[in-house]
Amino acid sequence: MSERTLYDHVWEKHRVDTLSNGQDQLFIGLHLIHEVTTPQAFAKLREQGLPVAFPDRTVGTVDHIVPTKHVSRPYEDAQAELMVSTLEQNVRDFGIRFFDPSTHKQGIVHVVGPELGLTRPGMTIACGDSHTSTHGAFGSLAFGIGSTEVSYVLQTQTLALNRLKVRKIQMDGELGVGIYAKDVILRIIHELGVKGGLGYAYEYGGSTIQAMSMDERMTMCNMSIEGGARIGYVNPDQTTYDYIKGREFAPTGDDWDRQLAYWKSIVSASDAKYDDVLCLNAADMTPMVTWGITPGQSVGIQDSLPAIDSVDEQEQPLLKKAYDHMNFKPGMSLIGQPVDVVFIGSCTNSRLSDLREAARLLKGKQVSKQVQVFVVPGSQQVKKQAEDEGLDQVFIQAGVEWRHAGCSMCLGMNTDKLVGNQLCASTSNRNFIGRQGSPSGRTLLMSPAMAVMAAVEGRIVDVREYM
Amino acid sequence: MVAKREKFEGTAVVCLEDDVDTDQIVPARFLKEITFDKMGEYLFYDARFDEKGQVKDHPLNLAAAKTSTILIAGKNFGCGSSREHAPQAIARFGFQVVIGESFAEIFAGNCKAIGVPLLMLTRVELEEISQMIKQQTDLKIRISIEKNSLFVSDKQYTFKMNQSYKEAFLDGSWDAAALLAANQGLIKEMAKALPY
Repeated sequence: MSERTLYDHVWEKHRVDTLSNGQDQLFIGLHLIHEVTTPQAFAKLREQGLPVAFPDRTVGTVDHIVPTKHVSRPYEDAQAELMVSTLEQNVRDFGIRFFDPSTHKQGIVHVVGPELGLTRPGMTIACGDSHTSTHGAFGSLAFGIGSTEVSYVLQTQTLALNRLKVRKIQMDGELGVGIYAKDVILRIIHELGVKGGLGYAYEYGGSTIQAMSMDERMTMCNMSIEGGARIGYVNPDQTTYDYIKGREFAPTGDDWDRQLAYWKSIVSASDAKYDDVLCLNAADMTPMVTWGITPGQSVGIQDSLPAIDSVDEQEQPLLKKAYDHMNFKPGMSLIGQPVDVVFIGSCTNSRLSDLREAARLLKGKQVSKQVQVFVVPGSQQVKKQAEDEGLDQVFIQAGVEWRHAGCSMCLGMNTDKLVGNQLCASTSNRNFIGRQGSPSGRTLLMSPAMAVMAAVEGRIVDVREYM
Repeated sequence: MVAKREKFEGTAVVCLEDDVDTDQIVPARFLKEITFDKMGEYLFYDARFDEKGQVKDHPLNLAAAKTSTILIAGKNFGCGSSREHAPQAIARFGFQVVIGESFAEIFAGNCKAIGVPLLMLTRVELEEISQMIKQQTDLKIRISIEKNSLFVSDKQYTFKMNQSYKEAFLDGSWDAAALLAANQGLIKEMAKALPY
């Protein structure tokens, strides 16, 4: 099955060999690295005295651990300082291109790759981060990997991988006002479950997806992994090509023409065979909010929280655990639920279009005094563009903290953490227990528009009522 | 070639929950170290200890866990982040094998790369074994990767596992570094032939 999909084309194009255990050895065209999952990999190379095989194909930045408030060096957190300086030493010693804050191009690795024109269709991409799936928005196969696998890519530019099945997720129609890519992907994860994608790559298609900007497609592909699918992708089209053209590392001249021809050649055939197909209608979408401890535990904003016995017996303990942790009750509505913190950022929703939409809704309003609200742009370039448009002033005047670029409170590796059992309206991707830095902290995932209106009202609202 | 992974024998700890994510296995604040050396100490930290560091009621805090080499998990174990810290913590705590209903993709690849086989049984079988362990915590489990077979005292179970991973464990090539590097010529050709 899955003949002549983009997945097949790109896989075959990069297959170096089939290994003795039956796995394919895949060439990785672009390797992205950051400070947290690479020190162990570089240490391995050093132990064995090995070079990086193709240093031109690896690009680094810092995102996970960097502070977003006090950014002068050395960092106040000695562990952060050591981790970042270790990467600095490694990229220097191994001759790897590196975008640190002094280049004004630093940011979340999944924001930086695309905005610099490094991420392109038909590539194989790997990064020691599960949200590498983001890059699939360009029609690449992008794999999240662990640190030992990072060392394989550094040493050989290849990985040993098993072929995935391909599920097409087709959505047609126009999304209503106040409904965003974030709502669509949360709904897909809700429909298929967080385990539904195990063994699959997700191909997103249909008129709804085709109408999406690259930023929106990135939001979709980013959260494929939350549905269990290691990779997600969208076939490249004119929207993709227009986005890439003119970016710093985008091909130019004859090279552009040559690459464009390649990009067009790898698009899934109209009669491509899929291992599974799910069809959804854009008209059925509503703003989605997670209420529990997995990204699949979500509801439409107007719906009440599920009864324990509404799920299979085997799923019930997880539901109970979610209710215990969140301190919510079945049957209640999230509307009106007071929030303590609002976080707008992360590789899911920290791009310029996300910040523009949040600022558009916020303009002329104040955020609630009961709520700590902060916006963390995805990269220094996003920050600069937002400031050029005056978005930072909208945020600051409304009482929002305007921060420097990084992963921040998506995972609480720097000082941006929830305290105690605070409830956070977050535009990030994971509501796992403890994810935002406090073991008893609570996360509600939603779109930037929903999050910003929660900031204004100090409680969860249906953003459509403000449009 | 590294060591083969063919047979295991040991006692097990039961953590039979679904959708256990890698943030639960190792919370992100413990990812701030540049080596994996201490990861074993952080395994399931927030489930094992409260915010003051006091021991909570958790199977890994039982005395029997100290000598156990097999971890029993549920469905979609290891979902979420790609952090290898999670399988490293499991291995460094002392577990050599994880038996579960299903495993997240990236986590499974990481386990293979560090030599930890993941074996799959049905929920009914996992619950049956968990019951037996509950009654007798020092119950020995014997595993043959080659035969896909697992004995709990004298009761036999047949587990599933990823076929390519199985081959790699049996021939000692689970750390793929050498296999991958052996194709240097082909890799160089491909690098030249790619349109980018």
